[in-house]
Amino acid sequence: MAPLPVPLRDPAARRRATAALVALLLLWPLLVLAEFKPWQLFAGGNLQVMASFLAGFLPPATAPDFLALLWKATLETLAIATAGIALAFVVAVPLAAMATRALAVSRIGPGPGRATGAAIRTATRALLTVLRAIPEVVWALVFVRALGLGPGAGVLALAVTYGGMLGKVYTEILESGDTRSARALLEAGSPRLGALFYALVPSTAQELASYTVYRWECAVRASVVMGFVGAGGLGQLMDQSMKMLNGGEASTILLTFLALVIVADALSAVIRRVLA
Amino acid sequence: MNGLRLEGAGLVHPNGHRALKNVSLALGSGERVAVIGPSGAGKTTLVRVLGTSLRPSEGRLFIDDDDPWRLGAGALRRTRARIGVVHQSPPIPPRLRVVTAVLAGRLGSWPGWKALASLVVPSDAGGARAALDRLDLGDRVFDRCDRLSGGQLQRVGIARVLYQRPAFILADEPVSALDPSLADLSVGALVAESEATRGATLVASLHAVDLALKWFPRLIGMRAGEIVFDRPTAAVTTTMLHELYATEGRALPRQGVEPIDDAVRAANVVVLKRPGCQ
Repeated sequence: MAPLPVPLRDPAARRRATAALVALLLLWPLLVLAEFKPWQLFAGGNLQVMASFLAGFLPPATAPDFLALLWKATLETLAIATAGIALAFVVAVPLAAMATRALAVSRIGPGPGRATGAAIRTATRALLTVLRAIPEVVWALVFVRALGLGPGAGVLALAVTYGGMLGKVYTEILESGDTRSARALLEAGSPRLGALFYALVPSTAQELASYTVYRWECAVRASVVMGFVGAGGLGQLMDQSMKMLNGGEASTILLTFLALVIVADALSAVIRRVLA
Repeated sequence: MNGLRLEGAGLVHPNGHRALKNVSLALGSGERVAVIGPSGAGKTTLVRVLGTSLRPSEGRLFIDDDDPWRLGAGALRRTRARIGVVHQSPPIPPRLRVVTAVLAGRLGSWPGWKALASLVVPSDAGGARAALDRLDLGDRVFDRCDRLSGGQLQRVGIARVLYQRPAFILADEPVSALDPSLADLSVGALVAESEATRGATLVASLHAVDLALKWFPRLIGMRAGEIVFDRPTAAVTTTMLHELYATEGRALPRQGVEPIDDAVRAANVVVLKRPGCQ
């Protein structure tokens, strides 16, 4: 075979270079706007101020009566996060099944009812966006007024915001896997529910489970912030310790968080192995 | 007329590629037809148009005298439940167990609660096993699909359609991953399903000409999206076959079941006279 007259040029090369350049050009003004000046960390005395602030956190508090409080608050946080995620799951699953294109029967062909189908999917996506656009701490502030101080408000706030987040990501996970199997079932007259559980869920179970556990981990952290507005758990305890300038107690609470995140990680690994 | 009918059907893909041009054909219920032709001839597109997964851009499709594309969503779904498609690469999630993959064939006729309950405890493991037995795969009923070879998975896809018991079986290169004897067994199982009392219409696109000659009383030859010939197998001459595949070199593609020569062709006519065939 004769050699090619011109060296082979990758037709995608120029487009990729342009995209990278545009990304950099967009990023620069954003860094300026965000007052990103990391060198100030090292400017005169700043390090010392931070160090003395952090030194206040040592040693971690280990007083028995504080540990008893901590234990109760930890259980409360776990209960808030778990109940919140469970409710969010109940909100998210039907919405994701409605919003995902992978189960859109009317797109085959396209067949009857495609305009209605597209409208329902768009409306569901919009609803998911509204649910997750408002931060859980704002919902918590609203629900605390209705339900009073305590974990109940935190659970409801998580259910709303995390329902929106889970729903959006489930929708996309269901579309990102192999959707051919679902389509084949729909083409054999299967209802959407059948295609969801016989094709989409089996092919994306690992991703769905690992994202759900990750969200549970986020819910544990989110319950802290909500604790600051009176929604119970470790956050409320942390709020009290910080107000009393008790750094030792705060650091024990932070260590508890670390332990919870490690537990979530292990849980996720176990679930993924079971579903593998 | 009961059965499948295409009238002047054409299909242009969204990218502008024309896959079917002015295709008209009628298949009575219980009829068995093989679609053959070089790769890129439009065999898969034809199967997908007949199976209502692609909507013809010209002409019309009739299933038992109804145009499925003019039905409402519910009626279209019920029509689709009567069509079983064997895909060339089986669309089965690897994590599914074989039994679940086969039972999924009847999702179109099961109520929702039964479908969900069957995920926990298979509602008809015996039925799944019986379908798999016909393809010599009964011992793998509780294995996971990712433990199977490509050929075994292809037979699971066939078993799903056998279990579905559709009125129309559309097979798109159903045995491309099988060795000669298993390919023969599997096409035989599809033909037996079609010959059974209910008489399912069977349309199979086949790359292997020998299988088409052996099992099908009617052959449709396709090339460049058009039907070149459509006639009883006994009336298809070896010259016609060679002309159909002229662009693919000299030899006719085959699965290796038997050599294709006129002596075998004559024997095939005898095969076709078995009881149950016309």
